[in-house]
Amino acid sequence: MLKTPIYLDNNATTPMDPRVLEAMLPYFTEKFGNAASRNHPFGWAAEEGVDYAREQVAKLIGASEKEIIFTSGATESDNLALKGVYEMYKEKGNHIITLTTEHKAVLDACKHLEKLGANITYLDVESDGLVDLNKLEAAMTDQTILVAIMYANNEIGVIQPVKEISAIAHKHGALYFTDAVQAVGKIPVNVDADGIDLLALSAHKMYGPKGVGALYVRRKNPRVKVTSQMDGGGHERGMRSGTLNVTGIVGLGKACELCYNEMEEEAKRLSALRDKLESNLTVLEESYVNGNRSHRLPHTANISFKYVEGEGLMMSMKDMAVSSGSACTSASLEPSYVLKSLGLSDDLAHSSIRFGLGRFSTEEEVDFAIEKTKQAVNHLRELSPLWEMFKEGIDLDSIEWAEH
Amino acid sequence: MAYSDKVIDHYSNPRNVGTLDKSKKSVGTGLVGAPECGDVMRLQIEVDENNVITDAKFKTFGCGSAIASSSLATEWLKGKSIDDALTIDNMDIVEELALPPVKIHCSVLAEDAIKSAINDYRVKNGMEAIVLEKTHH
Repeated sequence: MLKTPIYLDNNATTPMDPRVLEAMLPYFTEKFGNAASRNHPFGWAAEEGVDYAREQVAKLIGASEKEIIFTSGATESDNLALKGVYEMYKEKGNHIITLTTEHKAVLDACKHLEKLGANITYLDVESDGLVDLNKLEAAMTDQTILVAIMYANNEIGVIQPVKEISAIAHKHGALYFTDAVQAVGKIPVNVDADGIDLLALSAHKMYGPKGVGALYVRRKNPRVKVTSQMDGGGHERGMRSGTLNVTGIVGLGKACELCYNEMEEEAKRLSALRDKLESNLTVLEESYVNGNRSHRLPHTANISFKYVEGEGLMMSMKDMAVSSGSACTSASLEPSYVLKSLGLSDDLAHSSIRFGLGRFSTEEEVDFAIEKTKQAVNHLRELSPLWEMFKEGIDLDSIEWAEH
Repeated sequence: MAYSDKVIDHYSNPRNVGTLDKSKKSVGTGLVGAPECGDVMRLQIEVDENNVITDAKFKTFGCGSAIASSSLATEWLKGKSIDDALTIDNMDIVEELALPPVKIHCSVLAEDAIKSAINDYRVKNGMEAIVLEKTHH
C-alpha cells in the first residue's frame, strides 16, 4: 500500500536512516561524555565514537581522518572555508572565483568578503548549468587565491567538471574549494583524484541527522590552513572551537559508511527511477528538462511545464512533496536564480518542479508521481490563459504585458 | 504555509473557468499580470443592456491564491451592475480568502482584472474609461 504524502524532496533534506539512529542512540545517554575530557572513561568513550566517525567520513571522500573538521553543517563549512581561506591567504592575493549558481551560503559568504576587500568573480554558467572551463581559465589572475565551485548543483543536479576545475586552479597557484553537499554519498567523490583542497559536506543530505557536517581541509600537497571563525577551546586542530556534537558526529559517520557501502547500487536504482519519471513526464507537450542530462546526479530531475506556474502546480500535487523554482514559494517573488543563470526565461523558471528521489523512494511512488503530476499539469493548463493563447497560436512575446 | 479552506476550495473547484467571445460588444476582457512575474489573469464579463453583469469567466496562470482570487471575483461579479462591480476592493478578497500578507498581490491583481474588464466594456460601448486608482507592483 502506498502511503501518502510521498517524499520527493531529497535534495532539500533526507529522512534519517534507522541504522543511523541506532548508531547514535547510545551517545545520547550512556556515552554522553565530552570528547575533550581526556582523563576519564566517559570522555574516552565519546572520543572513540568521534574518532571512528572521522575515519568513516574520511573513507567516503578518500581523505585522511586528520583532514576532517566537524562543523554544525554545510553552511558553517562553506563559511569557514571561504572566510578562513581569505583571512589566511589574503596577503597572497584577494581574488576569489565562484559561480552564480552556488548555494546562498557560498554567495553570501563571498558578499561578506567583498566588504572586507576581497575581489570576487561570479562566473555565469552555460545554458546546461556547467561552467565553461575557458571562461574559468580566463578569469584567473595572479591575485586569485581560491576557486569555489560546487560539485553538484542542488536545484538541477548538474555535476561540474571538478578535475578540470582543480587543475586550472592549481596551475595558477590557487586553492580549490568545493561545496559537495549534494554529491557526497550519492556519487564517487575522491579528494585526491579530484584535486580538492577543501570540501564541505552535510549529514542531513545523506540520511544522517541535521545540525552536523564537516569541512575537509587538505594537509599535504599543499598543506592548507584556514583561520578559525569561532574562538574558544581550540578544538578540531584549532580550526573550529566548540564542544563536539558527539551524537551528531557519530550519526554523520554512520551515514557516510552506509553511503560508501551502498552508493554504487543505489545510484543505478535511482537513475533508472529518475529516467522513468522524466521520460513519462516529458511526453507532456511543452515540458523541458533543465540542466545537462549526462553530467548530473542520479536522483534529481528538474522539469519546467510551460504555461503553468510552479506553486499552483505543487498545490495540485498535494500528495507529494516536491519543490519549485517559482517565485511564489519564497517571500522574494523572484524566481530561482539558478534557473535564471541558465538563461531560462522567467516564465519557464516559474514553471519548474524539482523531483528529488532518495534511498526510500520506490517504483510505486514514482508511478504515483507520474500520474499525479500529469493530472496536475493538465488541470492547470485548463485554467491557464497562456496555454489557451499558445494553443491558438498567439505569440506570447508579442503581447505587451503589464510588468509588475 | 498552509492555505485556507476557501483558497483550497476555489483552487480545487474553480468557478466560472472559461472564455467569452471577446469580439462581442457586450463582453469586456481584462488581461493583467505578466508571465515573467509568475501570474497572469484573464477575466471576462458579459454585460446586458442595463449594464448588469450576466456572466463572468476567468483563466489564470499563477499560484493557488491567484487562481482562488480570480475564481472568487467571477462569483462576486455576476448580477452586479458595472458600477457596483467597481466597488469590489482587493481587501475584500483578502478577507474572504484569508490570504496571508505575501499573497496580497494576488488580490490586487484580481481587482485590477475586474477594473480592466469593465474599462474594456466601457470603451467598447462609448463610455469613458475610469481611472485606475491602484495598480499592482
